[in-house]
Amino acid sequence: MKLYSISIKNLLRHKLRTFLLLFVLVLAIFTFVVLITISRVVNENFAKQLDEYGANILVTPKSNSLSITYGGMMISSVEYEKNELREDDILKIRTIKNRENISVVSPKLIGIVKVNVGSNSLMKSAIICGVNFESEFKLKKWWKILGRKPSGKDEVVIGSEVARSFNLKIGDVVNIEAQVFKVSGILEETGSQDDLMIFADLRSVQDLLKKHGTITLAEVAALCYNCPVEEIVRQISDVLPNAKVTAIKQLVESRMEVMHRFGKFSFGISGIILLISALIIFTNILASVNERTKEIGILRTIGYKQNHIMRVILTEILVISFVSGLLGYLLGWGVSMIVSPILSGTTNVKVSFDWILFILSIFISLGIGIIAGIYPATKASKIDPIVALRAL
Amino acid sequence: MNLLELKNVTKHYLTGSEVVKALEDVTLEVKYGEFVVIMGPSGSGKSTLLSIIGGLNRPTSGTVVVDGIDIYSLSQEKLADFRREYIGFVFQSFYLIPYLTVLENVMLPLIVTDYTKEQKIAKAKEILERVGLSSKMKRFPDELSGGEQQRVAIARALVNEPLLILADEPTGNLDSLTGIEIMKLFKELNDSGKTIIVVTHNPENAKFADRCVYVKDGKLLGIEVLP
Ligand SMILES: Nc1ncnc2c1ncn2[C@@H]1O[C@H](COP(=O)(O)OP(=O)(O)O)[C@@H](O)[C@H]1O
Ligand SMILES: [Mg+2]
Repeated sequence: MKLYSISIKNLLRHKLRTFLLLFVLVLAIFTFVVLITISRVVNENFAKQLDEYGANILVTPKSNSLSITYGGMMISSVEYEKNELREDDILKIRTIKNRENISVVSPKLIGIVKVNVGSNSLMKSAIICGVNFESEFKLKKWWKILGRKPSGKDEVVIGSEVARSFNLKIGDVVNIEAQVFKVSGILEETGSQDDLMIFADLRSVQDLLKKHGTITLAEVAALCYNCPVEEIVRQISDVLPNAKVTAIKQLVESRMEVMHRFGKFSFGISGIILLISALIIFTNILASVNERTKEIGILRTIGYKQNHIMRVILTEILVISFVSGLLGYLLGWGVSMIVSPILSGTTNVKVSFDWILFILSIFISLGIGIIAGIYPATKASKIDPIVALRAL
Repeated sequence: MNLLELKNVTKHYLTGSEVVKALEDVTLEVKYGEFVVIMGPSGSGKSTLLSIIGGLNRPTSGTVVVDGIDIYSLSQEKLADFRREYIGFVFQSFYLIPYLTVLENVMLPLIVTDYTKEQKIAKAKEILERVGLSSKMKRFPDELSGGEQQRVAIARALVNEPLLILADEPTGNLDSLTGIEIMKLFKELNDSGKTIIVVTHNPENAKFADRCVYVKDGKLLGIEVLP
């Protein structure tokens, strides 16, 4: 028999009370773990989706001349451009302070070209967009290409509208400004301006339009999960003084805001529940100490010191707290694994065992136990045996 | 040589604005190996006297010396050590801990000592044998009769080999036959050398003692030597 044996035997004697204390604290830790885990999983998942959401920053030349629209944004027309963007300028985007957040930079040269199919068909105008295919495909993950991606400078991908108006099929040959290109793929309808465009290699388009080293705009995908997009916009503006840098996708922003609020809400709710559990435990332990006045009086009489009594009471609380932290985490983890896929809408979320959260759960649980138990334990240790045993 | 020396001990309790004079100028000496019975009517101050002797209750004035130690010069925590090492308490209502077995109840005073686990168990078993309860070690207090429970309490009081046993109305909750059995046990312990002070208001019990002390209204009435 050790001092802690007294604590454990008392817990085992009052099974219902022990169960209640465990239940309250397990529930509190469980809620904490589930809310934190789920808000984190949903956030992470959302950040991944954001990556696939396309560009959120548009870099265009500063100009007041005639404009065409692209992606809902007004951009300066190429024809009347004096203040052009250089392809080299775009490289500077990779030098900003938050360069880690820049996921894709996709430069574009847009222009009007004369197109005909076969030798004797009519020449018609079309919009051509010179891109770096690798970046462009990374940016537009939602693109579905019938056929295949272009493999050389003489291959193009065309929008569904272009295919229809020129009656083009995969593998067909087109003449663009008297140069021969092969249609390697056709985009499935996107419902955007991409349907109206011919996508070709940036170098080839620069040759066709005789605009070497020039681009019309650059689309940038920045991962703004942990930094405000405005900050990145400002940093890009600093390195590109001649460019107009605009944040797009306000929708994403507001959704991010919601996610952050959910995170704060989770912490708030967990905090309140932990506080309530601490109060319940406090009341319960205090009642138990009052109930055990006589018993503590006996222990003091037969030579237990104040700190012995304190240890008996605190051990009881710490055992409960430790077990609750352990069970609360495991239960929360289990439930998070089940609930996260449902809440985040994808099946490929993985909620792995989180050592930090696990240890945090146990520490919080122990912390609550100590906070709730220190006063009752002190009170118990101050019980005067004379008063305690006379009360009977 | 005296094990216990009380000099001019006075105890006043303050209850609100009222002062209860529980003990007035009590002087008492008890020799090593003596068996003393303290008698007196209810409320006369017997329990107060016993608790002062046992280091539980600081007197308002006067000194208490046990085995040469002026116990109330000790700090509160040292006084706990003193009780554990020098005193064995026995009460009218046994005061066993209900969720501990007989053996565990007896081991209780040993928990906070430096003995090894084996030593603790051996000591407790030896004492239980002495009070005739070896066969009921694994029982819980509520599975025992009153007399048996009091034997467990006595075993608990003895297990740390204290110099002095203090019993406050140990037969008060027992029928007269069982009470006599308990008094006989105290007598046996006294015969083997223990110093014992028993508070009682049953005159029957006085015949087991070497000496009987009467208390009335907080004062010692005089000392009667028994035949
Ligand atoms: N802790 C206490 N506080 C106040 N009064 C007390 C206390 N303990 C005892 N008394 C009072 O002191 C007197 C003596 O009590 P006690 O020593 O218990 O007598 P006895 O044991 O002889 O019945 C009684 O009047 C009792 O009410
Ligand atoms: Mg009394």
